[in-house]
Amino acid sequence: MSLDPNRMIELGAEVVSRAQKQGATIAECTVQDGAHLSAKVRLGEPELVEEAASRSVGLRVMIGQKVAVTYTSDLTPGGLARLIEDALELAQLSQPDPFAGGPELSQLSKTSEHPDLDLFDPAVDGVDAAEAIRRALLAEKAAMGHDPRITNTEGATFTRVSGMGALVTSGGFRGATRGTYASIVVNPVVDDEGGKKRSGYYWSSRRYLADLEGEEAVGVEAARRTLRKLGARKVDSQEVPVIFDPDAARSILGLVASCVHGGAIWRRSSYLLDRLGSEVASKLVTIIDDPLLVRAPGSRPYDGEGLLSRRNVIVEQGELKSYQLDTYSAKKLGMKSTANASRGSSGGVGVGSTNFHLLPGSQAPGEIIRSTKKGLYVTSMMGFGFNAVTGDFSRGASGFWIEDGELTFPVSEVTISLNLDQLLKRIDAVGNDLDPKTSVAAPTFRVSSMTLAGR
Amino acid sequence: MTSYSVAMATRYVAPFGSQGAEPVDPETVRKLLTIALSKGGSYADLFFEYSASGSYSYDEGILKSAGRAVTLGLGVRVMKGDATGYAYVEDLSLDAMKRAAQTAANIASGATHWTAPQFVTPSLASRYAVRELSLDMPGVDKRALLERADKRAREKDSRIVRVDASLSEELREVLIATSDGKLVHDSQPLLRFSVRVIAEENGKRQSGSSGGGGRMGLDYFDGRSPEWHAEEAVRQALVMLGAREAPAGELEVVLGPGDSGILLHEAVGHGLEADFNRKRTSNYTDQVGQRVASDLCTVVDDATLAFSRGAVNVDDEGNAPERAVLIEQGILRGYMHDRHSADFFRTPATGNGRRESFKSHPMPRMTNTLLLAGGDDPEEIIRSVKRGVYASHFGGGQVDISNGDFVFSLTEGYLIEDGKITAPLKGVNLIGNGPEVMRKVVMLGNDMKISDGIWTCGKDGQSVPVGVGCPTMKISALTVGGTEL
Repeated sequence: MSLDPNRMIELGAEVVSRAQKQGATIAECTVQDGAHLSAKVRLGEPELVEEAASRSVGLRVMIGQKVAVTYTSDLTPGGLARLIEDALELAQLSQPDPFAGGPELSQLSKTSEHPDLDLFDPAVDGVDAAEAIRRALLAEKAAMGHDPRITNTEGATFTRVSGMGALVTSGGFRGATRGTYASIVVNPVVDDEGGKKRSGYYWSSRRYLADLEGEEAVGVEAARRTLRKLGARKVDSQEVPVIFDPDAARSILGLVASCVHGGAIWRRSSYLLDRLGSEVASKLVTIIDDPLLVRAPGSRPYDGEGLLSRRNVIVEQGELKSYQLDTYSAKKLGMKSTANASRGSSGGVGVGSTNFHLLPGSQAPGEIIRSTKKGLYVTSMMGFGFNAVTGDFSRGASGFWIEDGELTFPVSEVTISLNLDQLLKRIDAVGNDLDPKTSVAAPTFRVSSMTLAGR
Repeated sequence: MTSYSVAMATRYVAPFGSQGAEPVDPETVRKLLTIALSKGGSYADLFFEYSASGSYSYDEGILKSAGRAVTLGLGVRVMKGDATGYAYVEDLSLDAMKRAAQTAANIASGATHWTAPQFVTPSLASRYAVRELSLDMPGVDKRALLERADKRAREKDSRIVRVDASLSEELREVLIATSDGKLVHDSQPLLRFSVRVIAEENGKRQSGSSGGGGRMGLDYFDGRSPEWHAEEAVRQALVMLGAREAPAGELEVVLGPGDSGILLHEAVGHGLEADFNRKRTSNYTDQVGQRVASDLCTVVDDATLAFSRGAVNVDDEGNAPERAVLIEQGILRGYMHDRHSADFFRTPATGNGRRESFKSHPMPRMTNTLLLAGGDDPEEIIRSVKRGVYASHFGGGQVDISNGDFVFSLTEGYLIEDGKITAPLKGVNLIGNGPEVMRKVVMLGNDMKISDGIWTCGKDGQSVPVGVGCPTMKISALTVGGTEL
């Protein structure tokens, strides 16, 4: 029973108007409606088929400068009445925040200005359970058929998701967006020496079904990535150059994103505080946040407060150009919103990145490896060892040992450490292999020296 | 139909409960299960869930925002052999529920052979009979608790430049009906309080935090005051201002009591969840009866700890958990089971089948994972270390189930030199291999402590509240991920 965009906007408008009548100075309502299907197979048999539709309403109100947020999946008349009543009651409990408020009305975008970013593929919703199972089976079979050593898997899963969201604010903003994703992942497991097993995976995810990598290709790549881990071992502790493959590089870039968010800045919780206009990375580093990329995972026509989406340069050739701000954090810092408000389905507003990319350099990843005499090529990291306040970074890593420009043997159970400020400044090579399949994305890059702790 | 073992929220009541607007009766359950099994599924269950939660965030000396969320829904699961069909719905009208049952039924293809049993409601333990639910208490009381933490943190030291404190509360009501005739209700409160501060001195900046809670009401604060958490956060931030670079490489490591239980959770807990062993993807596969840790180690998963964050009266499949011994004096005794894995291993379910919400299928999950006390004096343990690291607080951890490699990140640690705790160290990761590290537990303190932490465990995208605990323990060699070679 899905709602159409007009009906969602109507519902949002009704909630906003009732909240205003009951005393809200500002009311902003989001309505979400989504459906998903996921089919997981294992060893050639279906293991889990999950299918559901879900919807919810989130509300943020202000009475003067007192703020409250409510959320419900109970869309019955009683559920909606309580959503509004609770919000107003809680707002009375909050205390006036001089910086609270919505964006200036002149900043709000109009529906006619919202670009079509081609985020919705009707074919995605057309995949039924049988077809999803078929695709997952193909992918798993390709992985298992690739090499006789692959006798077990954690399964292969095909997932489709489609969602619509509407935002209505008492400031007059009305917008609705919709989007789809399809993804496929395969997770083989192989036996290694000493009773250990090695688990690996590969996945593809796209807005459009037809843009997905083929099931066989995903399965074969998953098999390759799992087999190459066989025999992984520790190496001695030392200072070495470290190359991050795009998966590991993306995870470093995610840390950078968390440190340029306005909330982290005004809370004095980021090592990048007071660093605008200064050098924060090597000249090879340019980072952008671009919500306008067609068919990209993090794209959106307007931000969580209704401001028109725009591309922002965060770091340009090593210099910190901009933080990422919503209206609130911009006011706190005496700056202007960068249209990076992100409204969670729960109704609350914070800062969020969109497509946050380290722009590609000119070198092929193979060239970067070949030009490294000795070092660690990192393909995955583990743990949460990052302190945004100081930039201190220390995480578990696994990957491959580089000797004379060649990947030699797999490495696991080591950590790599270096303060993020130093890490970004020591980037001395950036690859040309940016894959925007994730909203935070980075190409291969090399850090000239990090501390590796192992044996 | 069902009896309520804990105080009911006065304002937030599950519509499907016996006090609700539209109570679900055995007849409705029978109808839905009949549809769920109409295609020949061998087992089905219905999971009704209602959750009301509140959050209060105090920041810069004011209650900046208050929030509330109410969710409800039904998850329908149908099993046929090892295959599961799952569907959920948020609209609890009979038609919508029937459609969900129909969708889940499609995992099987055949004819039904189910006859409805007489539904029985088993009596449950009462592990969190909270007298007054936090949700029912006036908002100003909760604001006052946050104010107290804020005030104490600011007064404590002039180097504290920022304080934020938050309180969140939840009441989760579940009603579980199984095709083998169980009809179980439980009502699970959860409270969480935390304080975070930033200290600045001479251009250096550090944070400190403290938090706690459990399946409790505001009486939690009778045992541990907001001021206590504020002072603890301040202490931590100030200690960290003086932190030096941590060493890199293999060292002797002493883990302090309580929080370090995260090691057990990562190093052995996940690998002993029976789904991984059923699928033979865990490094503990086929090792029941074998030595997997030093003989000092006895590890239990204990859902019975009253009022604890990981406690449950009943799991999310209707099975009542008890205290399960996983490792006894170093020997692996058994896994943590959900219904599916228990069937596979032909063993009783251990009541570890948990799910994040009605939107998710159950899996074997931990509750409170504990390493029991040993016989050593904690001070003696520290004195026995020539050069090593003392770990007292952790930020979290992660494990690769397939080979047991795990990390956990240290947020407060110290150097041990000549048997004495000396300089504080910057946050680092510790990395090791679960089975290897458990064999290197060479001393175990007599000071077993349950962490008052606010741990949340993630698996396959599902988060559930858990607890950890352990005594002081010494590990003969663990890789410390610092920067000083």
